[in-house]
Amino acid sequence: MRRAASPEPTRRAVIGAAAASVLARPALGGTPPRVVVIGAGFGGATAARGLAAGGVDVTLVEASERYIACTGSNAVVVGLRGIDAQTFGYDALGRAGLRFVRATATGIDATARRVSLGDGTALPYDRLILSPGIDLRFDAIPGYDAKAAEAMPHAWKAGEQTLRLARQLDAMPEGGTVVLSAPANPYRCPPGPYERASLIAHFLKTRKPRAKLVLLDAKDTFSKQKLFEAAWARLYPDVIEYVPLAAGGAVTEVDPAGMVVRTDFAEYKADVACIIPPQRAGRIAAQAGCADRSGWCPIDPVTFESRLVPGIHVIGDAAIAGAMPKSAFSANSQGKVCAQAVIDLLAGREPESPKLINTCWSLVAPGHGISIAGVFHPADGLLADVPGAGGISPLDAPEDVQAREAAYGESWYQTITRDVFG
Amino acid sequence: MRTPLPGLALLAALTTGAGGAEMRPPPGASSCTGCHAEGSAMGVLAGRPEAEIVGALDAFRGGTRPATIMNRIAKGFDAQESQAIAAWFAAQAPR
Repeated sequence: MRRAASPEPTRRAVIGAAAASVLARPALGGTPPRVVVIGAGFGGATAARGLAAGGVDVTLVEASERYIACTGSNAVVVGLRGIDAQTFGYDALGRAGLRFVRATATGIDATARRVSLGDGTALPYDRLILSPGIDLRFDAIPGYDAKAAEAMPHAWKAGEQTLRLARQLDAMPEGGTVVLSAPANPYRCPPGPYERASLIAHFLKTRKPRAKLVLLDAKDTFSKQKLFEAAWARLYPDVIEYVPLAAGGAVTEVDPAGMVVRTDFAEYKADVACIIPPQRAGRIAAQAGCADRSGWCPIDPVTFESRLVPGIHVIGDAAIAGAMPKSAFSANSQGKVCAQAVIDLLAGREPESPKLINTCWSLVAPGHGISIAGVFHPADGLLADVPGAGGISPLDAPEDVQAREAAYGESWYQTITRDVFG
Repeated sequence: MRTPLPGLALLAALTTGAGGAEMRPPPGASSCTGCHAEGSAMGVLAGRPEAEIVGALDAFRGGTRPATIMNRIAKGFDAQESQAIAAWFAAQAPR
């Protein structure tokens, strides 16, 4: 890309240089640069909106009829809220100055810069943003495949799975056993399994006397650990049994017919089993060549452009975003930063080094909230924590602070879903 | 300029319009609206006086203003960055 020679280029010079660099590409001719975004979740829908607001020709491709949000869905699992509160249509996105295409992206030709769709058509792009979320790995735990997930729901993609787990909990006998398993890092929503354990324990305590929850963990440390463990000791001492990796918490096999969950050390007979398996970036990311051997997508921390495939950016859960967790808040922050970076790149301008925020609230009981926050910036080629910022709620937070954190969490959910889908 | 017009018009928009250089949010600002929007318990930032936002961030950072979470977030921004974020939101129409 040619740059203006003057150390302080005039606006005309910048426009001229940008026009020359973009229009010099033979494939483009006189058409404005086109951006395609795949996946209309918290990351992709945000990025597409940002690009449209910047005047970019943007097409948003989404396979589903509606979005069902994972964040907040642990409350659905235990009957504290309905799935309707998690469900969002795409009508408003279609009116946001972008082209909304309801189709499955079946292939990406990164050399020709073209996305193939399930209906046989293709979309050319100058830059492509992938926000495909996660795929569950049904090859990781012996016995746990897509069929087994009917008997032992993961409920880690919200929708029918969430309702299935809710129905099974509702139907379980008093004095029964729930087995919940959490995967090793990285995975979608780091505190999610522990919020789920907390809310299921609350459900058991209030609705299923003498029932127990065994939480099997494939790691020894987890997000907001001190806060969760303090809450469990205070609220659910006779309900939750936590088994970390060091005590044999890694699930090595499941038998869905017998409702048995096995580790190297023990066998657990479950009345309800929720198995959250290991995950990887959504299929299309690997198909495009953007995923590395870990199954996730390495990216540049300033632009979110793939380290593996030029012209493709990856945001949200699918990306390897360094210290940033895989969360809806992160995806929304990344979508905004990535959109601006793409606008800058299309205009031949250097993107600024960004700062991004993540905040995540969890419930340890209805009305009792805890949180973790972080501020992130590019450092040594990764997104790193800004030193001295972020962290978890105080361990000794009084009841009224916990109540406020719960209310703030709900308010954030209302705001972010309006920001993205409203 | 001998370039076809549609491309040029768009590039002009990219450079000077909503997403253009003069209108780029300063680092960190675009994350704020994930919480701070109309109707939220956290309150709106757009259209607030610059000095008010700078003062709030400073007080959160110093621990003199009670907070559940903003004390942890404000520490991720120095005085200059806070000033830029405050100016960015102050210049926007309230919404």
